[in-house]
Amino acid sequence: MITSSTSDSAKQTQVEVLESVAVRFAGDSGDGMQLTGTQFTNTSAILGNDLSTLPDFPAEIRAPAGSLGGVSGFQINFSSRRIYTPGDRVHALIAMNPAALKTNLPDLEEGGILIVNADAFTAGNLAKAGYETNPLEDDGLRNFRLHALPIERLNSEAVKDAGLTTKAATRCKNFYALGLVYWLYNRPLEPTLRWIEEKFAKSPAVADANARALRAGYYYGETAEIFPLTYRVERAAIAPGRYRKITGNEAAALGFIAAARRAGKQLFYASYPITPASDVLHELARRKHFGVRTYQAEDEIAAVCAAIGAAFTGEFAVTGTSGPGMALKSEALGLAVMTELPLVLLNVQRGGPSTGLPTKTEQADLFQAVWGRNGECPLPVLAAASAPNCFDMAMEAFRIAARFMTPVILLSDGYLANGAEPWRIPEEDDLPKIEVEHPTDPESFRPYARDAAGARPWAIPGTPGLEHRVGGLEKADLTGTVNYEGPNHERMVHLRADKVAGIAADIPPQEVSGDPSGELLVVSWGSTYGAVTSAVERCRGRGMDVSSAHLHYLEPFPRNLGEVLRSFRRILVPELNLGQLDARLRARYLVETTGFSKMQGKPFLIHEIEQKIESMLNGNNG
Amino acid sequence: MSAHTPQETPPLTAKDFASDQEVRWCPGCGDYSILAQIKKVLPRLGIPREQTVFVSGIGCSSRFPYYLDTYGFHGIHGRPLAIASGIKAAHPELSVWVVTGDGDGLSIGGNHLLHTIRRNFDLNILLFNNRIYGLTKGQYSPTSEVGKLTRSSPYGVIDFPLHPLSVAIGAEASFVARTIDVNVKHLAYVLERAARHRGTSFVEIYQDCNIFNHKAFEYATDKRTKADTTIELEHGRPLVFGPNRDRGIRLNGLDPEVVTLGDGITEDDLLFHDERAAEPSLAYLLSRMHYPAFPEPIGVFRAAERDTYEDLLVEQTRAAVAKQGTGRLADLFADGDTWLVE
Repeated sequence: MITSSTSDSAKQTQVEVLESVAVRFAGDSGDGMQLTGTQFTNTSAILGNDLSTLPDFPAEIRAPAGSLGGVSGFQINFSSRRIYTPGDRVHALIAMNPAALKTNLPDLEEGGILIVNADAFTAGNLAKAGYETNPLEDDGLRNFRLHALPIERLNSEAVKDAGLTTKAATRCKNFYALGLVYWLYNRPLEPTLRWIEEKFAKSPAVADANARALRAGYYYGETAEIFPLTYRVERAAIAPGRYRKITGNEAAALGFIAAARRAGKQLFYASYPITPASDVLHELARRKHFGVRTYQAEDEIAAVCAAIGAAFTGEFAVTGTSGPGMALKSEALGLAVMTELPLVLLNVQRGGPSTGLPTKTEQADLFQAVWGRNGECPLPVLAAASAPNCFDMAMEAFRIAARFMTPVILLSDGYLANGAEPWRIPEEDDLPKIEVEHPTDPESFRPYARDAAGARPWAIPGTPGLEHRVGGLEKADLTGTVNYEGPNHERMVHLRADKVAGIAADIPPQEVSGDPSGELLVVSWGSTYGAVTSAVERCRGRGMDVSSAHLHYLEPFPRNLGEVLRSFRRILVPELNLGQLDARLRARYLVETTGFSKMQGKPFLIHEIEQKIESMLNGNNG
Repeated sequence: MSAHTPQETPPLTAKDFASDQEVRWCPGCGDYSILAQIKKVLPRLGIPREQTVFVSGIGCSSRFPYYLDTYGFHGIHGRPLAIASGIKAAHPELSVWVVTGDGDGLSIGGNHLLHTIRRNFDLNILLFNNRIYGLTKGQYSPTSEVGKLTRSSPYGVIDFPLHPLSVAIGAEASFVARTIDVNVKHLAYVLERAARHRGTSFVEIYQDCNIFNHKAFEYATDKRTKADTTIELEHGRPLVFGPNRDRGIRLNGLDPEVVTLGDGITEDDLLFHDERAAEPSLAYLLSRMHYPAFPEPIGVFRAAERDTYEDLLVEQTRAAVAKQGTGRLADLFADGDTWLVE
C-alpha cells in the first residue's frame, strides 16, 4: 500500500491516505453483520471508491449463538484505484464475539487494527469458541493493534433514552461499531442515517436508537483518543457515468429482464428455492410491472420443464438453480436440446458434491454443465467473471439461445452471487438488440429445417397452419416427425453438435491481457477473474513475463483459443475445483498445462495466485 | 375452457384434428376409442386448432399428441404437467390438454400432479388408467391391485394402490370425473364437460391394455354386469343403479351402503349427488367406492369454481402495472442508491 501522512487540523488527528483498504465485520449470525457491511459498502460507493465485497455467512439461519459455526462475516475492499477482489487480508477486523475473533483473526494483516466487543468475552462465549483463556488478557494478540472496547455497554448507555427494551437496545450495537469504523476511515454518517430513517419509518423509537448508536460510535472514536491515526481512501478514477452497487444475482436478474425487453419478449423465470440462487427469484418476483412472470415450481424438474413449456410458446424462459438443482434438471435439458428450444439455465454454483457447502463458493460444475446429460447432448456454456458481468452474460446467454435455438447454461457462483461491486448503469439504447423471428407461412414451414447458423424455426402456438409436434424422441431431419432410423439419428447428432460448435464463429475471439505471447499464460474462467487479473497485474508490475486470458465461453471455446495457448511456453490454470477447465484444455488442444486448485469454499486470494506465478517463473512447475 | 371466442370460419370436424401420422397403438387398445372421442369433442369447443396444445409424458398414452393436428409437446417421463403449467402461465389464452397415464401421472410424475391440481391451472388432464405399465412391457403400476402377478411382481404386488380420483380430490381439484374408454357416449360427454370447466379438470379414464392387462375393467364394461358394477352420477339426482334401477346408495353415518328400494326405502332416502358442493367430502366418499363392494361411480364427481392460477397471475401483473406503470429499464437499473462519477 502506498501511504502518505497529512495532518487534519480540524480534528487534531493524523490522517493517513491509503490506496486500498479491506475491512471485515464479523459477529454472530444474529448480530447484523451483513447489514453493517452493506451499509459501509453503500457509503463507500457514494464516496466514489471502487469496491468489492465478500459476504460470508453460515448455512444455518440461526446457528447456536456464540458458536464457531454461527459466525457471519462481511468483508469490503474499497479503493482509490480499480480493484477486482474483496482483498486478501484485512486492514481492520471488527469482532463482536470470541467465535468471530477466532475464525477471522487469521485474515487480519500483521499489525492490523483489531476492534473487539469485550463485553461478549464472557466465560460462556469463550468456551463456545474453544478458548481456554481469554485472548484479550494474554499477549497472544500483541502483533495487532488491539482495541478491546465494551461496545455493548457503551451502546446501551447511548440508546438508553430511546425507550427500547434491553434486548432491542442491545441489537443496535452493530450500528455503534459501524459508527466507530466510519470515524476510523473518515466516512460520512449521512447515507446510513438516511437509510435508518427510511427503514424504520414505522418504528420511530428503533430509528432513533439506531441513529443514536451510530453517532455515539462515531463520537467515541473522535473523543476517546484511542486511535492515533485515522485513514482516508480517496475517490477512484473510474469511467464517468451513473453508478450503483450490484451483486451478481441482482445483475443476472436485471440482465434477463433487459434481454427480454431488447427482444420484445416477456420474461418467464421458473425456479425452486435454492441457495445461493434464490435472490434471483426474489429480485424478479417483484418486477411484475416489467412483464416478468416468476413461477416458484414444486421442484427443480418442474421449474425447468415449466421454462421449456414457456419457451415453446415463444417467451424468453430461464430456470435458475445451483449445482444440486442442475443435476435434477439434466434430463429436461436434454429435452430442450432435442426440441431445440431457446432456454437459459443459470447455475449459481456452490460447494459440492451433493448438498455440499450451500453458502460457500466453488466452480466444480463445469463438467456437469458441459457433459452432464445422457446421449450426445451439446449445449453452449458461458460463465460470468464478476458481479456486474453477470448482467452482460445474462443478455449474451439469451442472445445465443434465441439465435441458435438452443438451451444455454450460464455459470455464476456463490461469490459472484452475493458479492457486490459498482456497476456503471447502461443506457437502454446502448444495450444489444436481440432479434427474434417467428415464422408464419404454412407453405414454407418445416419444423426442423435449419438456417445458415443451423437453427430451426421458432414456430409458436397460436400461429395458424404451423401446428406441429415436438418432443424428446429423435426427430427426422427437416420434418421433425419421430424417426428411429440409424442414418437419420447420426445425421441429427451431427447437426446438433455442429450447430453448437458453430457458435464459436459468433462469439468474440479470446483476448489476452498482457502480451500476445511469452513465457507464462494464466488461463481462468468465472469468478477467479478478479484474483487472477490482480495477481498478473502485480507480477507484470514486477517485470515478470506473464499474461492472462479469461474465458467467458466454456463451450464452445473461442475459435482462436488454441492459437492463444500455443503462443506461451507454459500455461497455468487456477480453478476452484480439481482441474476441470484444465482437463478440457489439455484434451482439446493437446497442450501441457499446470493446474492449480483450491476448494475451501472461498475464492482465491491474490497472493496465492501471485506466489504460484512466482514459483513457476522461478523454475518450479508444481 | 369456456373463455374462447368461437371463430367465424367454417366449423371444424373430427377429420380436421387428425394428423398425418400413422397411429401405432396395439390393435384393440383402448386408446383408439379415446382418440376418436377427442377428435369428435374438439370441434364442438369452437377453439381453433392453432390455439390448442396437447402435452404428454412418456408411456403408450403419451403418443397422443402425434395423432392430432394441433400444437403438441411429447415431453419426458412424468413431466407433462410441469411443461403444460409453463405453457399456460406464459400464454393463458391457449387451450391445453395433458394426456398421461397411471405410471406417468401417479408414479414418476406424482409430485407434479398434486401441485398442478392445487394451483388450478385451466388444463384438462386425461389420466388413462390401465393399471399396468404397457410401454415398458408389463410391470405393475401405482394403480395395480395388491397380489397382482406381473413381470416385476412374480410373487404378487405388495404395493398398496393409489386411487387417482381420491388423490386428485385430496390435492384440491376443482373438477374430477371418471369415464370408460369403450363407453363412448359417456366418454365424449365427460371430455366436453372437462374442456368447458374453467380450472384444472382431472379425468380418470378406465382404459383397457389388451396386451398386458386385458379385461382389467371388464366388470365395468361387460353389458351383462355394468349396470350392477357402475353407477352414473347425475347432479341433483339420487344415486340409483342396477339393471332395474332398484338399488341405490344411502349414507349410514359417514359411510355409504347399498340398499334396495322398496320396503319403506324410497329414492328420498338415498344420497343425492351434488357436484358443486363447496366441500369435497361427497366427491371423496364417492371416489372411495370400489368394485366389488360397491358399484363404481362414473361421471362428474366434482365441478367447483375456484380462481385459476393464470387468472391470478395476469391480475397481479395488471395491478402492478396499474400501480407502478409499465416498468422502464432506466428506473430498474437505477433502483436504490446511485452516484455520479464525473
